[in-house]
Amino acid sequence: MKIAVCVKQIPDPATPYELDPETHFVVRPNDQVLDDTDRYGIELALQLAEATEGSVTLVSMSPAGGLQGIRQALAMGADKAIIIDDESLRGSGALGTAKVLSAAIKGEEADLVIAGTESTDGYVGLVPQMLAELLGLPALTFAKKVEQADGGLRVERQTALGYDVVESPLPALVTVTSGAVEPRYPTFKGIMQAKSKPIEQPSVADLGLTAEDVGVAGSGQHITAVEPAPERGGGVKIVDEGEAHLEIVKILEQAKVI
Amino acid sequence: MKIWVFVEETDGSPAELGLEMLTKARGLGGEVSAVYLGGTSDAAMAALGTHGAGTVYRLDPGSTLPASGAAAALEGLVGEHAPDLLLFGLAPTDRDIAGRLSARLDKPVISNAVDLEIADGGVKVVNEILGGTTRVITTYAGDGPFIAVVRPKSFAAEPGDVGVPAVVETAMPDTGHAGAGTITERHEETSEGPKLEEAEVIVAGGRGMGAADKWAVLDELAGQLGAAVGATRAVVDAGWVPYSLQIGQTGKIVKPGVYIACALSGAMQHLVGMKDSGVIIAVNKDEEAPIFGIADLGIVGDVHRVIPALVAALSARG
Repeated sequence: MKIAVCVKQIPDPATPYELDPETHFVVRPNDQVLDDTDRYGIELALQLAEATEGSVTLVSMSPAGGLQGIRQALAMGADKAIIIDDESLRGSGALGTAKVLSAAIKGEEADLVIAGTESTDGYVGLVPQMLAELLGLPALTFAKKVEQADGGLRVERQTALGYDVVESPLPALVTVTSGAVEPRYPTFKGIMQAKSKPIEQPSVADLGLTAEDVGVAGSGQHITAVEPAPERGGGVKIVDEGEAHLEIVKILEQAKVI
Repeated sequence: MKIWVFVEETDGSPAELGLEMLTKARGLGGEVSAVYLGGTSDAAMAALGTHGAGTVYRLDPGSTLPASGAAAALEGLVGEHAPDLLLFGLAPTDRDIAGRLSARLDKPVISNAVDLEIADGGVKVVNEILGGTTRVITTYAGDGPFIAVVRPKSFAAEPGDVGVPAVVETAMPDTGHAGAGTITERHEETSEGPKLEEAEVIVAGGRGMGAADKWAVLDELAGQLGAAVGATRAVVDAGWVPYSLQIGQTGKIVKPGVYIACALSGAMQHLVGMKDSGVIIAVNKDEEAPIFGIADLGIVGDVHRVIPALVAALSARG
């Protein structure tokens, strides 16, 4: 099975990101990390590829920087990566991103496209669905379990009430939730091999797209204001010296919970 | 202005999220319609009408994964009726349809809306970023229809005047391979106690609980308070509890009367899911934990002392 996995390099989420005061774009450091939620998709892809003697290609649209995040993903065991970094992409919206990813994936003739449900930094949460539409694929979204069945896939899809079992032929797109599989840790060998794995870096023009499709022009939206939200200040802070639980009791009484 | 709101049937009735958006659309003024993926019961139609829908475009859910067909049907309806603004909720099926429709129409979507305003014939969408500390206001460039995805609990669902909407049965076109997914089983996960989204009290735990086997005290407390139990992403990733309990950016958005945050630091990704709770109580041993910045009562202390003591105190009250 040929599998394409969408991944993203993001600013380390442990430190709050900043917006450029002029452009309102997220300020991205040269060294970005692999979005942690992508590890589930990569793990799923590796398991399916191992079971089918298949291959795993990472596809990413983000500033390449030092490629640190991509190497982290390759170190888990993916075969190669395609990363699209082009000045014209700055300010792209979800649809522009999906157009770029779909153009890159089309050349791969993937049987399966895997993505997370949303990125940790932007969390628009719509790129995979747009991608499925552009590629003409069924989208098995919010999967908490994925297995092969009858030449296709069988997925447990999270719903408001519980989960649905969904079956689909291939090719298809799947989005995976946190905890769907247990991501492997890269081995030392994997980390060493990742340094020499192929990383393609096509331009927007190479993908047959124009500047109108992507970037600010293609995003169809513009930010008019960035302002502080009304603050919810903190209240009382006390140090527990053995009686603090009684303060919780008081608040529960006031709120008429008890 | 014509505003259309997508509403999915959940558990036999229009989803609360859909009714929240209908209420907001009604408040914005103009002509409000619902696109309802669900059955034809009079009660459902009445709920949609009372919350603001003058017309209901009904799509039959069936056993096919609906997003591909629903997006194709909506593309047809948009061509016919030219709505100005289409609202979807931040929920799985809503997102599946909104994303596909955006690609079909080649129109952008603005996601994670917490408020919407109409000004000068255009639409402004309000987002909150950085854990809810910063508001970003975005407008659409070019022509509509404008598509927005709205976060749950951004608006309260309130019925207005009783209204019986006109119902327009709408077929979902065959979209070939893209629409090939089939739903073969439906499972409801019933938990004891209330659902997270509906609970008046939530007891939530973070990685600081230490281990899966130390989690039981939270279940016990929740049982005493008639509360729902929630968790941070770190806890879900660690496998202590299922994803369905996750609160935050990539999980559920909750707004209970009381939120008891146990050994969770308050990462931005968690705060966006719970910061609008009524009263927030936090217990954390790290006095610098960001959760204290929004807690009405912050207790710097060991959760494994404070919570068991609370459970004992509540038991003693009988």
